[in-house]
Amino acid sequence: MLIGKVIGDVVATQKAPSHEGRKILIVQPLNIDGTARGDALLALDAVDAGVGDRVLVVTEGWSAMTAVERPFSPIDMAVVGVIDSVNLVT
Amino acid sequence: MFLARVVGNVVATVKDPALTAKTILIVQPIDTDGKNSGQKMLALDSVGAGAGETVYCCRGREASFPWYPDEVPTETAIVAIVDHVQVQKA
Repeated sequence: MLIGKVIGDVVATQKAPSHEGRKILIVQPLNIDGTARGDALLALDAVDAGVGDRVLVVTEGWSAMTAVERPFSPIDMAVVGVIDSVNLVT
Repeated sequence: MFLARVVGNVVATVKDPALTAKTILIVQPIDTDGKNSGQKMLALDSVGAGAGETVYCCRGREASFPWYPDEVPTETAIVAIVDHVQVQKA
């Protein structure tokens, strides 16, 4: 599971039928300190997140599919939560 | 999932029977600005994409689910043709 920031979305008319009716969000993965970590990725939205939100992203198929209630569909990432705060005790 | 651009295709006559009549495309992963990011890879097409189009791909076991319940041996599948990418810069 990753922390990420929603930076945009993607519009696609021709797509897997199981992706219909869900937003396709562009998420920039973040380190714990909030700096960018690698390339942005695409995840289906399960929680009605929006641009600017800090979110939880699952990066494994079964958890992503069940989060968006589309089993046996080609979905490998989903936004499953909107983060209120991150507390790191060192 | 990740954004990519279709840059070519691969023809193979001798292959797993489950791959018969399916298109194997060469995709170049791109970032949200459309710039190349990382190495080209092969992806099985599920939406009728063609050279030059921007697509997004799914990786892992889930990549075979566009053809479910058929079991297709692929680890990357093109699952949508992208019309539009909207990114809000920080």
